[in-house]
Formats: sequence, structure tokens, C-alpha cells
Amino acid sequence: MNALLAADLPYWAQSLLRVLGGIVAVLLPAGTIVYVFLFKMMSFMQSRLGPMEAGPYGSLQLVAEVGKWLQKEDITPERADRFIFKIAPLVVLVSTFLLVAVVPFGPDAWFTNFEAGVFYMLAVSSVSVLGILIAGWASANKYSLLGGLRAAGQLIAYELPMVLAVIGVIIQAGTMNLQQIVVAQNAGSIFGWDGLGNPYILTQFVGFIIFMIAVQAELTQTPFDMPIAESELVSGYMTEYSGFRFLTFFIAEFATAGVFALIASVLFLGGWGIPFAWFDWSTIDSVDDWMNVVGPLIMVTKMMLLAFIIMWVRFSYPRFREDQLQRFAWKVLVPVSLVNIMVTAILKVAF
Amino acid sequence: MVAADLLVAQNVGFGIIALLMIVAALRVVTVKNVVHAALWLVIVLSGAAAQYLLLSAEFVAITQVLVYVGAVMVLFLFGTMLTRAKIGAEADLNNKNWGIAVPVSLLMFGVITWVLIDGFGDERLPNPDEQTQVPIQVLSDDIFGPYLLPFWALSFVLLVAVIGAIVLARKD
Repeated sequence: MNALLAADLPYWAQSLLRVLGGIVAVLLPAGTIVYVFLFKMMSFMQSRLGPMEAGPYGSLQLVAEVGKWLQKEDITPERADRFIFKIAPLVVLVSTFLLVAVVPFGPDAWFTNFEAGVFYMLAVSSVSVLGILIAGWASANKYSLLGGLRAAGQLIAYELPMVLAVIGVIIQAGTMNLQQIVVAQNAGSIFGWDGLGNPYILTQFVGFIIFMIAVQAELTQTPFDMPIAESELVSGYMTEYSGFRFLTFFIAEFATAGVFALIASVLFLGGWGIPFAWFDWSTIDSVDDWMNVVGPLIMVTKMMLLAFIIMWVRFSYPRFREDQLQRFAWKVLVPVSLVNIMVTAILKVAF
Repeated sequence: MVAADLLVAQNVGFGIIALLMIVAALRVVTVKNVVHAALWLVIVLSGAAAQYLLLSAEFVAITQVLVYVGAVMVLFLFGTMLTRAKIGAEADLNNKNWGIAVPVSLLMFGVITWVLIDGFGDERLPNPDEQTQVPIQVLSDDIFGPYLLPFWALSFVLLVAVIGAIVLARKD
């Protein structure tokens, strides 16, 4: 973002712009995903129209919903642990904001350029578990506590396959910096043909599938929605939350879906880049400045594609039972991803 | 007094975070609720991660968050919530052994301070802007180079612990 905005901006102005950009990068995908997929696509899959009254094709329904939530009373259960109950949704949302900080949107359009970006992403995504656990506990409600505990067990179990799936990409790219992973994919070539770059979804297809399954579980979307199973636990750890604080959980859920889709597109689909061979670019420094504008658009397109897959699976499959869920993580995903790492490492050394 | 190449902002940041960590650490042992104590401990551990970041040791900082905040504290809270975690104050939470614990922790503080001053003295960390190599690459070259054997030994210890846990937990 420095080059785009002329580097003589003072530090505080850059920081302010980054914060504003971060808020946009969290809220915009969340709103879009909720309207396009949760309201409209789900309705079409169920042969109904969905919201139609507020604005053209119901496109302002979200504004109406947010207005409704903000008006509602902010209820705290009498025996709850008041302070922790109130900050728990914010902890979950903070995890989302920390996640988006590492996503690169263009050659200069990034918030932070961490050397260990992938590692950072895996670390801060686990902070949301803390928020969910204390939300369940502080509600002073057995259903909430059960939901929180189920969520923690599930998120710990599926974090492992996610880490292991990403290691294949790291081995292939030879770096943990997300920006350099993007460059490695777009500057790469498939057996000497560089018309498509080398998006890792081709070579790391197994890793991609495992990553997306783990993302589905981390987001507690159906079929992994055991923690908020509404027929047994009312709404799990969210049961006691109302109004603004429920809205915070809701935004965090869909914003995290968007951010994970962005990260998956960086890791496996080539991120903001277009194959460098098209314009005779070779390194990141030779990429033209207009990519800072086109890059975010490419990212959003890929995000919508991956978010569509997440939501499609969500609306199509019934829920896993708790034991099936744990068995699937430990006995299927972890061994498969370990084999994937071994094969990737052997091929990396061989070629 | 003030050295010319002193990083003022970093030192102010260090002071604020260190103060927060000390307060949080005291609250861990004085607070009357198990879950609150665990959450204060989260603040202490995150503070340590922030201090690593100020030293531009981002890999260690991220490891601190991943291992302690993301895994150890979650398991800790998970365990307490499964067994006993009442809301509100608990009377019998304070242990009678604090009379021994205070001198022991003071002794530990003295020993660690002495070791740090004796080992490093006036040695300064290089300014992050002046570092030529990527710290993570140096770190990984060290771990998988000269320190490979200790690394293997540590992995083996962890493997033994995992197998031991399975053996203890299995009923048949």
C-alpha cells in the first residue's frame, strides 16, 4: 500500500489507513457472504425467493437486520459472569481481525508482511477458541457450556489437519511468507509451460481438500455444527447472547469464513496474482502498480468462489455425530495429510 | 544517560507491557476463581509474546501464541470446565503453602536475573533494520544443522509422553 499512496505518508496516517482497510476487509466479505449465500442461495436451493421486500431483490435486508439487532435489549443472565460474558464475543471478533492482517491483496497492498505469515495465521486462528470457551462458561447455562466444550474439542482436533495440510504448500513454495507464496505460484510453470503459472491446487490437491474440510470444521458450519446443534443445545455457546453481542458472533462467523476463503485462495489458487508470464514480469518488483487495484478484485472473486463451496456444503449435508467427527479428524484427515507431506517432500527433493 | 541509539518507543512499550504482565501475574495467584486465574495467565503469556515481537523475534512470538494461548491454555480451560469451574468466588482456592512459594519464586527471580546479566552483560541485540539475514532462516538452519540431535531427542521425549498418555488412558 506504500507505493500506491506515495510513501511520504506519516506513520500514524498509514496505520489509520491500515485499520480502516482491515475493517473493510472484514465487514465487506461478511455482508456479501450473508446476503448472496445465506439469504439468496439457500433460498434458491430450497425453492423459495428469500428476502424480497427491503430494497431491490431484498439487497437491503442486511441493513434492516443489523438495525433490528442493534435495537434489541442487551441481556445478561442473572447468574452469569458478567464481565467475561460481555467480552467473549469481542475476543472471537479480534481473532478475525488478526487473521485478515496477514492476507496480501496486491504487490504493495498488504497490511503486514510477516516473514512467518502462514504460521501466524495458524496461531491467531486458535485465539477464537478461547473466546468460544469462555462464552460458553460465562453464560452459566449447561447447554452453553456443552456447546463451548464441543467447540473447543472440535477446533483443537481440526487445527491439526489444517496445519499439516498447509505444510505441503510451504515445502513446495520454500517460504512461509504469504506474499512470496503468491509470487512462487504465479512465477512458476507446469513442466516448462507458464501460461497458467503453477497454482498449488494442481499439485497440492489433497492438501486443498483437507484444508477446506478443516476450514469447514473451524467455522463450525454444517456438517461440523455439533457445537451449535440447535436440536440438542438450542444454540450452543451463543444461546444466552442477544442483540449487539449476538451480532458480533454472527459477524465473526461469516467474516472468518471470508478470511479463511481469502487465505485458501492465497495458498492454493495463486492469490492476487495473474500468471506473471502474461505481462513478462519475473519478480514481485517488476509487477505493475495497477495490480494493486486489480489484485483485490481478483482476491474477492476467488473468495466468493471458495465461500460458495463452503456454503454449498453447509446447505447440503446433515450433521456429523460427535464420535464420527472426532474419528474423521484423527483417523482419516491426519494420516492422509501426513502421507501428503511425505510425498511432497520426496517429490521436492527428487525434482 | 540516554544512549544515542536507544529505541525509545520500544523501551516505553516494554515498560507498559512488563507492568501489565506483573499485575496479571499477581492476579493469577490472588484471584478467587479458577477460570479467572487462567484468563489472567493468558494475559501474562500474550504479554510475553508481545515482548518477543518488540525484540523482532516474530517466530518465537508466534510460537508463544500458538503453543501457550492456542493450545495449553485452551486445554487448561477445557480441563477445568469439564471438572470444576464454578461461577463466582471460591473460598478454599488459596493454598497454605504460599509461605514457601514466595521465597522460592524470589530465589528463582534472583537466579534467572543473575544468569541473564552474567551471560549477556552489556551485549546489545542488533537493530532490526540492520539485520542482513532473515531471522527465521537462521533459526531453522541452526535447529536442523548443529542442533539436530537435541531436536530429535526432544521429539523422542514428546513421542514417549504421547504413547504413555495413551497407555495410561486405555482401559483394556
